[in-house]
Amino acid sequence: MIVFAFYLFSICVITGGLFTVVSRNPVHSVLWLILAFLSSAGLFVLLGAEFVAMLLIIVYVGAVAVLFLFVVMMLDVDFAELKAEMAKYMPLALLIGMIILMQFVMAFGAWETNAAAEGLRTQVTDLDVQNTAALGLILYDDYFLIFQLAGMILLVAMIGAIVLTLRHRVDVKRQDVVAQMMRDPAKTMELKDVKPGQGL
Amino acid sequence: MVEFFTQTGLGMGLLLVGQVLLLVVPLLLALAFLMYADRKIWAAVMMRRGPNVVGVFGLLQSFADFLKYIVKEVVVPAGADRAVFFLAPMISFVMAMIAWAVIPFNENWILADINVAILYVFAISSLEVYGVIMGGWASNSKYPFLGSLRSAAQMISYEVSIGLIIIGVIISTGSMNFGAIVQAQEGGGGLLHWYFLPHFPMLILFFISALAETNRPPFDLPEAESELVAGYQVEYSSTPFLLFMIGELVAVVLMCALVSLLFLGGWLSPVAFLPDGFFWMFIKMLGVFFVFSMVKAITPRYRYDQLMRLGWKVFLPFSLFWVVFVAFAAKFEWFWGIYARWPM
Repeated sequence: MIVFAFYLFSICVITGGLFTVVSRNPVHSVLWLILAFLSSAGLFVLLGAEFVAMLLIIVYVGAVAVLFLFVVMMLDVDFAELKAEMAKYMPLALLIGMIILMQFVMAFGAWETNAAAEGLRTQVTDLDVQNTAALGLILYDDYFLIFQLAGMILLVAMIGAIVLTLRHRVDVKRQDVVAQMMRDPAKTMELKDVKPGQGL
Repeated sequence: MVEFFTQTGLGMGLLLVGQVLLLVVPLLLALAFLMYADRKIWAAVMMRRGPNVVGVFGLLQSFADFLKYIVKEVVVPAGADRAVFFLAPMISFVMAMIAWAVIPFNENWILADINVAILYVFAISSLEVYGVIMGGWASNSKYPFLGSLRSAAQMISYEVSIGLIIIGVIISTGSMNFGAIVQAQEGGGGLLHWYFLPHFPMLILFFISALAETNRPPFDLPEAESELVAGYQVEYSSTPFLLFMIGELVAVVLMCALVSLLFLGGWLSPVAFLPDGFFWMFIKMLGVFFVFSMVKAITPRYRYDQLMRLGWKVFLPFSLFWVVFVAFAAKFEWFWGIYARWPM
């Protein structure tokens, strides 16, 4: 059963990834990408890392991919033209890809581990702690400072993005909610007596 | 006989299918009557009669509507992206249904008792937005597209505060399992032990966010009839439209179940001398659903900028502050430790 689920998810990840690159319509690309994300969340569940799986769905599918979809829908970029221009760089891309592949082969082909060292590998937390709790224990006990530092970096990036895009335009009418709520209902309407044939 | 269902692969598969049907069929049947109840309550507030022709008191109205929907012709707009166009209502329906897998109705009355149940529900509800966006985009039409953009922005905004509110409850309980959350609300005092007392502001915030998340009035901007005709549903007809409708209503009922489980003690009895049981869960869900319907009848629609301001500038800071407050209250056991109910 688990083997069947594993192959199902794996095939979905690979198909999703492939069609993300190949499909001509950019919106379809993003939808295939979402399929790939969802299937990899399924793979995490099979590994027993259900917390990471849920976070993957919430963060990547629920937020990041929605933003992708927004941008792709609104911009109406002609990706076919971009891709045609990309063909010029194909030889270079192939070269870089080959080099990376060779490096991987060389690195992992010559990989040797000492059996004694492998025997020393243990899980960092107790086996009976659930993986959500175990993650919390490690992040907030052992790596507390690093974790907070990562949070600070993200905060700085967020503030930076806001500052870069914030422009105060003076010629725009703005809604002032507090002023609207504080208005006196009796003064919001003015009754005028309009004489026939005269107007105001 | 018992061995067949617990040992063999076929038997286990059949058992699973049976359990799923046991959940889905009553849910869909109840939905037909909830739709009717929704319209009746709405009509009663407006001093109308509501549906009263089909069956006794109009009880069979939803079934008549159902038949009418499925025998109508499916119209696909010219230039629509057919695959995505039909995928959208299916996603909307399926995402609304699969979230029920982790909702318990009584102790151990649950399809999948997983540790991260609450995160699962949250993840699924964050996927529901895709039905709306895809439907709006694939229709190849202006109104649906605008409606779906609005809707997506709205659902994402309120999801953030729903997440923070849920974190408050998780901190109090120390677990993300619904069973553990309900058990943490158990105590001799009956309803005084439920989370709605210590987490009272969050109950209100969660309810309002749920209204926005399920696109119910007063936050039904995606389908604002006066501005956008019917939002992302404009080009849909027949069964695909029905799937959207069912998906929306199932999401509403799911929110009712979440409010009952997180804040109103789930299947626990409100007074000590009455037994706990699944009927309490149903009564609470129905009560919350009644409030949902009343809100639909008595509130005017929000303006879009008001909606966004409320979500980002009021709800988000307040729920964030509440998470910090609950964290401190639980750690140092302020207020006689009502915020710290970890099983020690």
